[in-house]
Amino acid sequence: MTVKPSYSRPLDIKHGRVDMSHGSGGRAMAQLITELFAAAFDNEYLSQGNDGALLPNVAGRLVMATDSHVVSPLFFAGGDIGSLSVHGTINDVAMMGAQPLYLSAAFILEEGFPLADLKRIALSMARASKEAGVPIVTGDTKVVERGKGDGVFITTTGVGVVREGVVLSGDQAQPCDKILLSGSIGDHGMAILSQREGLSFSAPIVSDSAALHGLVAAMLDSKVKLRVLRDPTRGGLATTLNEIAKQSGVGMMLQESAIVVNQPVEAACEFLGLDPLYVANEGKLVAICAPEDAQRLLDAMRAHPLAANASIIGEVVEDAHGFVQLTTRMGGRRVVDWLAGEQLPRIC
Amino acid sequence: MKYVDEFRNGELAKNIAANIAREANPHGQARSPHPNPDGATSHSTKPSQNDGKVAGYLPAGEEANELLRKVSDNRTYRLMEFCGGHTHAISRYGLVDLLPDSVRLIHGPGCPVCVLPIGRVDQAIRLATDHGVILCTYADTLRVPASDNLSLMRAKAGGADVRMIYSTQDALKIARENPQREVVFLAIGFETTTPPTAVAVKQAAFEGLKNFSILCDHVLTPAAMHAILAVEGGVALDGFIGPAHVSTVIGSKPYEPFADDYGKPVVIAGFEPLDVMQAILMLVRQINDGRAVVENEFTRAVTRYGNLKAQSLVAEVFEVRDTFEWRGLGSVPDSALKLRPAFAAFDAELKFGVDYVAVPDNKACECAAILRGQKRPQECKIFGTVCTPDNPIGSCMVSSEGACAAHYSYGRFRV
Amino acid sequence: MCLAIPARIEELTTPGNAIVNLGGVRKEISLALVDDVAAGDYVIEHVGYALQKLDQEEAERTLALFAEMGVLDELRDELGESAA
Repeated sequence: MTVKPSYSRPLDIKHGRVDMSHGSGGRAMAQLITELFAAAFDNEYLSQGNDGALLPNVAGRLVMATDSHVVSPLFFAGGDIGSLSVHGTINDVAMMGAQPLYLSAAFILEEGFPLADLKRIALSMARASKEAGVPIVTGDTKVVERGKGDGVFITTTGVGVVREGVVLSGDQAQPCDKILLSGSIGDHGMAILSQREGLSFSAPIVSDSAALHGLVAAMLDSKVKLRVLRDPTRGGLATTLNEIAKQSGVGMMLQESAIVVNQPVEAACEFLGLDPLYVANEGKLVAICAPEDAQRLLDAMRAHPLAANASIIGEVVEDAHGFVQLTTRMGGRRVVDWLAGEQLPRIC
Repeated sequence: MKYVDEFRNGELAKNIAANIAREANPHGQARSPHPNPDGATSHSTKPSQNDGKVAGYLPAGEEANELLRKVSDNRTYRLMEFCGGHTHAISRYGLVDLLPDSVRLIHGPGCPVCVLPIGRVDQAIRLATDHGVILCTYADTLRVPASDNLSLMRAKAGGADVRMIYSTQDALKIARENPQREVVFLAIGFETTTPPTAVAVKQAAFEGLKNFSILCDHVLTPAAMHAILAVEGGVALDGFIGPAHVSTVIGSKPYEPFADDYGKPVVIAGFEPLDVMQAILMLVRQINDGRAVVENEFTRAVTRYGNLKAQSLVAEVFEVRDTFEWRGLGSVPDSALKLRPAFAAFDAELKFGVDYVAVPDNKACECAAILRGQKRPQECKIFGTVCTPDNPIGSCMVSSEGACAAHYSYGRFRV
Repeated sequence: MCLAIPARIEELTTPGNAIVNLGGVRKEISLALVDDVAAGDYVIEHVGYALQKLDQEEAERTLALFAEMGVLDELRDELGESAA
C-alpha cells in the first residue's frame, strides 16, 4: 500500500478571503506564505525556509531602520501599501547614507481581507523590491479578527551598509550651509487624500513614492561633503526642516519661490485649506551641504531622473530660537512652524 | 489657477507696497523690501471707470500733494482685518514686511472657530457621547478645546462617532445612509457658511429626513463689528478691512453704518495677498483724506446687495437669536442665528434637550483686549508659554487664524 | 476662514449641480445658491456650493488697477519726477 501524496487545493485567490486559520501557524498559513508571499518575493534567503535569514558577511558599518505602514486607501495613484512599505524603509536606510541590502516584511491581516487584494499587494512589493535590488529575505504574518484591523498593515525593516567616510546626521547642519530639495512637494499626501472616500474630487495627482537609494548613491558619488539627508514624509517638508533645525541648534531661511508645488497639488490644497509644506512625500529628499559644494550637489541631483527638478531652497542660519523661516512670493517673511497636531482642512 | 495666481503676483505687491509706503508715511522710509523713493508724491492717475462701483480711488496729483502735506509725520494707521481669511493671508504671505511701521494690522474676531464658546463645543460632545448621534462637522472644530480636557477629536478617540465632512451635502448623505441613527451637523460659521446649512435643512425637510438635525452656531459679522466699536470711550481703530466671502453673500451695504455712524472707513477686500495690499492702500487714502465710506476692492465677487437668493434662503430657515455668547467678546445681542419654529424639528438643541451651559474663559487670557485691538498677542502673559497652538487656552490661539495662533505660528520672530 | 476659491464651471450636471475645475482638480458642487450660471463661468466655491458668480470684467479691472500703478511708477522713475 502506498501513501497518497499529500494534496491541498491551491488558494482561491479570485474569491477567497483571509480567515483566522491563515494566522494560526497551521497548514493554511504555510500555504498562504508559500503560494502568495514566497512565490512573489522569491529569493535564495527566503527559500532557506527557516525562522530567520542567514546572510553573508558585510563590510562596513550597518544601518538598520524600520517603518510600519498604514494607509487608506490601500491602492492609490502611483502605488499601494505594498510598494510604499518597500520604498519607505529603503529610503530610511538610504537617508543614513547607506546602501540598502535586505528587507524584512511583517503583515497584520484583517479577517475577511480579499486574497486577490493581498496578492496584488504582494506582487507590488515584489516588483518594488526587485526594481530596487533589495530582496525581502524574511517575514511574518498574523491575522486579527474582522473589525480589529484596517485590511492590512505592513511593517518592513531594512539593513544597509554605509560607505567609508560617510557620516550623515540631523545634527550636522551649520550656518551658511545650503538646503537642497529633490523635487516637487505634496504629491503623495494629496494623491492619497484625493482618493479618500467622501472628498468627492478627482485630481490628476500621482504619488511620488519611489526608492531613493540610487539618487543617494549618485549624490555620494559626486564627492561633496554631505551633512544631512532626510526624506520629508509625514508632516511634510516643514516638519522635516524643523526637526533638523532643532537637532542642529540652527535656524533656516527658505525661498518660497524655489519650492516646487505641482499645480493640481496646489489646487487641491486650495480647495481643502491645506499647506503643501505640511503634506507628505514618499519620493523626495532634503540634503544639506556646505555652501561651496551646493552647485556640484545640485548638478549631481539633477542628473538623476528622481531629482530632475531639484533646487536649492534656502540656507541654514544662526538662530537661537531655531526658527525655520520663509521669504514668501510676496517678499514678506514668515515662520514655517512645527505642525500643531494633525493637519486638518480649514473650511468654514 | 486663473483668478488666483494673478492676485499673488509678487511684483505687483511691491508696487502697491511702494504706494502704501509713500502715502502712509510720506517723510519716512518703507521698512522693506523696497526703500521708498524719497518724497515721491506725484500722482497723475485718472479715477478708474467702474460703473458706479467703488474701487481703488486715486486722487489726482495736485490733490494728493495737498493731502499729503496735511498728514503728520507720526500718524499711524490702525487697521483691523475682521476676517480670519485676511489674517491668514497676511500671515501666510508675510505682508507685514511689505508695510511701513506706521501701518499696524489688528487681527479681528472673524474666525468662527475662535469665537465658538467652550459651552457650545460641550453641547456637540454631549450629543455625540450621551445621545449617541453621528456628529458631522467641518474639520476646523475638531481640535477646539472643550470642558474636561476634551475636544471633538478626543471624544472621537473615546468612541464617539464624530465625522469630518466637507459639505452639508455629505451630512445629508450620511443621514440617508444611516436611517436608524440620529445625525447632527455642527453648523458653525459666518454668513458665508450659513446658506449651505439653510439649503441642507430645506432639503432635509423636503425629503422628510427625520434623523437629521443641526446644532446651530451660525454668527453674524456686522453684530460683532458693532460689539467691537461700541466700547465706551471708543476704540483705537482707524478702519476695517472688510470681509471677502461674507460680503459676497450679504453685500457691502450692511457695513455702511460703520462708516456713517462710527466714522470708520471700511474697504471690502478679497482674501488674496494683492487684495489685502490694495485694501490697505485704499484705507490709507481714506484716512489721509479724512473720509469714512464703504469701498469695495473685491468687486469681482461683491455687490452692494450681495447674493439675494442666498439671503432669502437664510431668512426662510433662520431667525436672529436675542443674544449669543462669543468667546473673547462675551454676550453680543442679535449676533447669531437659530432655526425658525417651522424648522424646529431640525433643531438638535430642542430635539435632544442639550442646553447651553456657559463656561468662563481662562482669567489669564487677554483675548477680549486682543480681539478689540487694545493689546497685541505678545502682550498677553500666557502667550507662547502656557498658551500655544498645541495647548490653546484662549480663543485667539484655537484656530491657526486666531490672532495669537497666527502670530505664534507665522510671526514669532517679530518682537 | 470662509475658505472659498474661484473655479471654472466645466459642465452642468443634474440636479442643480456642476463640475468645477481648479488647476486640474475637478469637483462636483451644488448650484443651489446661484442663478444663471453656465459652463465657462467662474464661481466662488465654498463648502461644496457655488456662493457667487465671479465677475470676470471686474476681476480684470481690479488687476489692471494693480498693474496700472506699477506702470505709472516706472514712468515716473524714467521721467525723473520722483525726486522732487
